[in-house]
Amino acid sequence: MNALLARDLKLALRAGGGFGLGLAFFLIVTVLVPLGVGPQSALLGTIAPGILWLGALLACLLSLDRLLALDWEDGTLDLLATAPLPLEAAVSIKALAHWITTGLPLVLAAPVLGILLNLPAPGYFWMVVSLALGTPALSVIGTFGAALTVGLKRGGLLLSLLVLPLYVPTLIFGAEVARRGAAGMDIATPALMLAGITAATIALLPFASAAVLRVNLR
Amino acid sequence: MGYVAPMTLSASDLAISRGGVRVLENLNLTLAPGQALILRGPNGIGKTTLLRTLSGLQPPLAGTIAGADDRIAYAGHSDGIKPTLTVTENLNFWARVFGTSSIQVALDSFRLADLADRPAGALSAGQKRRLGLSRLLLTGRAIWILDEPTVSLDTSAIAMFADAVRAHLGQGGSAMIATHIDLGLDAEVMELGPFKAVPPPLDDFDGAFA
Repeated sequence: MNALLARDLKLALRAGGGFGLGLAFFLIVTVLVPLGVGPQSALLGTIAPGILWLGALLACLLSLDRLLALDWEDGTLDLLATAPLPLEAAVSIKALAHWITTGLPLVLAAPVLGILLNLPAPGYFWMVVSLALGTPALSVIGTFGAALTVGLKRGGLLLSLLVLPLYVPTLIFGAEVARRGAAGMDIATPALMLAGITAATIALLPFASAAVLRVNLR
Repeated sequence: MGYVAPMTLSASDLAISRGGVRVLENLNLTLAPGQALILRGPNGIGKTTLLRTLSGLQPPLAGTIAGADDRIAYAGHSDGIKPTLTVTENLNFWARVFGTSSIQVALDSFRLADLADRPAGALSAGQKRRLGLSRLLLTGRAIWILDEPTVSLDTSAIAMFADAVRAHLGQGGSAMIATHIDLGLDAEVMELGPFKAVPPPLDDFDGAFA
């Protein structure tokens, strides 16, 4: 399992691996929003949590179509399926590698981008917490979507259409934690819901991903 | 070094399908330790499908397969090589997945030592194939299932490959190979033609009125 994680991280950092693309996309989206909304700092501060969450969501989506497709094209998935490593573990590791290369940088960059969006001071901490709690779910759900579309040519668009609706609960509760945090309100309920969604997806979805992957490998 | 508890791979009354179409049926075969079996048959007869079914990548339509669990090393048309990793990194990855400690045997058997630090993307087609086949030596699995292993190999590389198979058989391993060339192995040849599935009879609507 460590071998697969190390290999995926190494591949992401090598030429064409796509590390940093999601982060750069996140940066550009959040820089463009103030340009579109105009110089109204109060309004920006109000919408900042939602914009940051939406940006993180789209940035996660960006790198999903290569998550399993590359391994499928070059035959690695066939070989992994016959290897001693259970496929459930393999997809979990791939989701973890996706989170480390995409989700974690977003969590760390969010406070810096919060400044650009005039996020109120109490909001920074909860912004980071909400993303840290929610982005693992984005990677795990995304891996499931990638497993569903793995054999399809030009599966990227279909993948987005399948995955975005599944991201809705995470987005709602994640943005709610960040918004309440920014407004200085109690965040316990949405934070627990968010953590619950993440825990449930991590526990259950790898089985679904492995099952659809087995079907797609036939 | 021999294999732990070598097992006979056997399939009985096997029927397999590709894309929903039944391609082979009533297939019985056994592969004992130390034995090599060469599969022959025209394009589309179902060689690849049979090998993928035996490897557990797809379920059979009917029949049973015994002795295959966690004993099979499969090598298909694509080699599963990452172009941005070096030869050593590619082999180390598979060695760690299969719990093997040293990749030296793979580098030696397929003469990859000189290429060890090259990115796999910079290898020629034949060299990539050699890298893909050398992975088999790292699996420690007793049953090799190989689909057209000699594609893009030159004569000397084919000899290298045949030596590797022979050494594998000598240690109590077995191999099932779909190929059209003569590897010079002491192997049984199985012609798949006679097992071609008979299409189900058409609903003869007009016939009922004849």
